[in-house]
Amino acid sequence: MKIICNGEEREERSGCTVRELIASLGLKSAAVVIECDSVILEPADYDRQLHDGARLELIHFVGGG
Amino acid sequence: MEYVVGIVSGNFAGKQVKKSGVVDGKGIRDRLRKSVVGVMGLGGLGSAVAVALARAGVGRLLLADFDVVESANLQRQQYFFDQIGLPKTTALEANLVRIDPDLAVELIQERLNQERIVRLSGRVDVLVECFDQAEMKALGLRVAMKDLAGIAYVGASGVAGCDENNLIRTRKLCKGIYLVGDGKAAVRPEMKLMAPRVGIAAHHQANQVIRLLLGKE
Repeated sequence: MKIICNGEEREERSGCTVRELIASLGLKSAAVVIECDSVILEPADYDRQLHDGARLELIHFVGGG
Repeated sequence: MEYVVGIVSGNFAGKQVKKSGVVDGKGIRDRLRKSVVGVMGLGGLGSAVAVALARAGVGRLLLADFDVVESANLQRQQYFFDQIGLPKTTALEANLVRIDPDLAVELIQERLNQERIVRLSGRVDVLVECFDQAEMKALGLRVAMKDLAGIAYVGASGVAGCDENNLIRTRKLCKGIYLVGDGKAAVRPEMKLMAPRVGIAAHHQANQVIRLLLGKE
């Protein structure tokens, strides 16, 4: 299925979860903020399966301050 | 026409001159004096943000950190050698009131979590995220975007090292919510936080706070 992440199309397996997407991007789930279809997700939602055509905006935070 | 007149003391044109001796033509300092800003994290970012806001004339700061001053902090944080071992909240307050004795400071000597961030946000005009850990930065933004309708929030990500100045940007995520940094430069053994670059980011944050307080979004 196709999803859009930060404006770019990605091909992901059908049934892919948010958590799997984060892992495939090489990111830590606790360090990301994700908006899916205009809704900010809580980490408890990360095992939700993405649907075909889902639009995600993802911000990955790095340490230091 | 804007003007700033500096005089030593006394009255000017019938207006009572503030302790600083500067009369601001557009009442900017009056507006900032009535403002309240919360600073979460008082390290390289937060301590510099707090100093800049105090100097700019913000009237009340709520300062949150659980940690104490360590010697390595002096490489980039707004503390002094004789403050090693003191809580950062206490030490920073002492430094800020030396800049402005009229500054109101409230200290929050605790680790923040979702509930405490929500509570803090209700008491300030702008909330500034200056955490060190990526997980806390993400938590702060998630809370701001999900739980705090209408919040003014300035976060930061990617401020380490000495990479190019102009890679540090202020990005508007949505109304009232901004993120400062290059988004990439994480602190790690081979790339520590350094005073100049973390200072660039901290002053981006502080200036964005001022812009939000003055309604210049």
